[in-house]
Amino acid sequence: MTKTKLTALMGASTLGLLLTASAVNAQQSGYLSFLIDNGPQSVAVAEAWVAAYTAKNPDVTIDIEVRPGGGEGDNIVKTRLATGAMADVFFYNSGSLFQAINPVQNLLPLTDEPFQANVQDSFKLVVSAGGDVYGAPFAPAMGGGILYNIPIYEELGLDIPKTWDEFMANNEAIKAAGKTAVIQTYADTWSSQLFVLADFYNVMAEVPDFAEKYTANEAKFATTPAALRGFEKLQEVFEGGYLNADFGAATYPDGIRMVATGEGAHYPMLTFGIGAIAETVPDHIQDVGFFAQPGDSADSNGLTTWMPDSIYVAKSTASPDLAKDFVGFVASPEGCDIRNEAVGATGPYMVAGCELPADVPPAVADMLPYFEAGGQNGPALEFLSPVKGPALEQITVEVGSGIRDAASGAALYDEDVRKQAQQLGLAGW
Amino acid sequence: MAASTGRGAIAAQPRKRRSPYSGWFFLPAAIIYSVLFLAPTFASLYFSLTRWTLFDSVFIGLENFAQFFREPFLIQGLVNTVIYAVVTSGLKVVIGMALALLLTSQIVARGYLRSVIFFPVLVSTVGVGITFTVLMHPTQGMINQGLAMIGIAGPGWLVDPKLALYSVALVDVWKGVGLATVIYIAGVVAIPKDYFEAARIDGATKWQNFWYVTLPLMRPATATVITLSFIGGLRTFDLIWAMTRGGPGFASDTVASVIYKQYQAGFYGLSTAGNVVLFVLIAVLVVPLTMVLNRKQGHE
Repeated sequence: MTKTKLTALMGASTLGLLLTASAVNAQQSGYLSFLIDNGPQSVAVAEAWVAAYTAKNPDVTIDIEVRPGGGEGDNIVKTRLATGAMADVFFYNSGSLFQAINPVQNLLPLTDEPFQANVQDSFKLVVSAGGDVYGAPFAPAMGGGILYNIPIYEELGLDIPKTWDEFMANNEAIKAAGKTAVIQTYADTWSSQLFVLADFYNVMAEVPDFAEKYTANEAKFATTPAALRGFEKLQEVFEGGYLNADFGAATYPDGIRMVATGEGAHYPMLTFGIGAIAETVPDHIQDVGFFAQPGDSADSNGLTTWMPDSIYVAKSTASPDLAKDFVGFVASPEGCDIRNEAVGATGPYMVAGCELPADVPPAVADMLPYFEAGGQNGPALEFLSPVKGPALEQITVEVGSGIRDAASGAALYDEDVRKQAQQLGLAGW
Repeated sequence: MAASTGRGAIAAQPRKRRSPYSGWFFLPAAIIYSVLFLAPTFASLYFSLTRWTLFDSVFIGLENFAQFFREPFLIQGLVNTVIYAVVTSGLKVVIGMALALLLTSQIVARGYLRSVIFFPVLVSTVGVGITFTVLMHPTQGMINQGLAMIGIAGPGWLVDPKLALYSVALVDVWKGVGLATVIYIAGVVAIPKDYFEAARIDGATKWQNFWYVTLPLMRPATATVITLSFIGGLRTFDLIWAMTRGGPGFASDTVASVIYKQYQAGFYGLSTAGNVVLFVLIAVLVVPLTMVLNRKQGHE
């Protein structure tokens, strides 16, 4: 992928780049605590940022604190915010989970900070509440789709599928060749949701106002055929007998390894998995490609995208200016470069002026056309609606392992969603 | 006290029982008890009636309880909880008793075997759970690989929805049977030798010895083992969570894991309501159970 393409894609302006550069240069002093999750990539990139920032500002000390990820980490973040004991700067989800930490009450608005001039508007939308912007991107954007093993595709002479039927035909061919067609890793239940979540671009292609109606309690997964398709796809893949033998006990690291080494051909996953491949099986990073989850029509093939996690400043911080300066540094082209060096490139950045290295892994290169002019992409449901039911991962495990059929799985999820909407106090539920 | 003894006796009673310590001596304990136990209990009763996000709470009456009983998997969770408690406490009684009889008889390396049986009790439950998750892996686990060597295709211990709950229960028994054994050893050792001598004079067989002497006289031990393991089984969480997280799907969910999931999802009021339900459930099942066990014991 060339730099020119990327620059166009991000809509970068040289002017903005210069502005950020000058804003970051003033020397700072003081102390910050920085709370991140314990993912190896988060730790590596946070350490690189802190090292670079404190090298430029020798009077600043930044302590990195580590918390678990997942639901347990969510609770730690909420508890620390509620008790006023949050670190000065912390990293957390954007989108629907962001709304649940009560940003207006707990976070420092970053709306008027100079670095926001370079941040894409689509990102600002998912970290805004009550008219203010509260976050800056912590990572590149992600796509949800299917990681595939390139050597298997070459060996069997397969083409990248544009429709679900083509995808299933590929699966059949791979199975006939005696290989595992689809990898599923249900021991890490979160990874079971991809066939449903990554199908959302296809839902929107058919029912453009689904997210709106869904939030207003007017559209349901079970009664909207396009939305039900995601669950049906999960069921079809199970019923076709395409899964790895240990799909119930395999974990996400297993899935990453299997798709990279060719133990399986397809792994439905977010593109952040590319970072994990680069880290755990670096010799096979050139063997993994990526395509969007196919829909029913080749014409409307597009990518469901995830906004990156965000970095926030707690309202309780003792040094707001320093905290804002550090956030600005993270969300600058320099911050992106440090990230590229520390953990590699996994997707396009949300900050103008940030560039990907010339030699990105094939899976990243495969993802970029969807973001270019003429490419088709759209945000996942969790960025268009504050409602995401917490039991989806268990339900998708059930549908994906034949315990429950697609229709009743979707109906059960609608039930689960109602609880979340009530908790958020949305009208009409 | 008979009614005819009249007022004088009633009035005399408290003076006789008067404690040599003044009431103030109870104050530190009362404060600790109130702060650490009473206050949270009443706070949780209140919060179970609210929609609570940790940042603020809205009073919504009994809606959380209604929602909790609407939870699609609550009923299955309740059934699973009772199955789990019955299976684990039943096996612990049977196996614990058998091991206790073995380990009180004259066998080689008795002390060593006793410590081996007790060892799993000391190990962290989560550690045990993770270890057995690895051992029970359907294709790479040692258990199924061992079975494969003798030509048996092992089941998916933790990934088959019909088996998962029982697999976890078996591990629970493996881990907890040492404690039951120790209680039973104490029970067996405490039986006076006279009974066995009398039985021998009567010409009792070994089986009759066990059935008519050992078993009835171990009833206090049995009552303790059943009560402890049944309560433990009803509120079981750590092992289930470490091994299956209630899965696959919802197949091994218990009330405690359903509650924890609500908490994880940020439904704090709802999960508090679930804890109140669990508290009531344990009380409703265990109070009559202990009453029955203790009454029988009194009749012996």
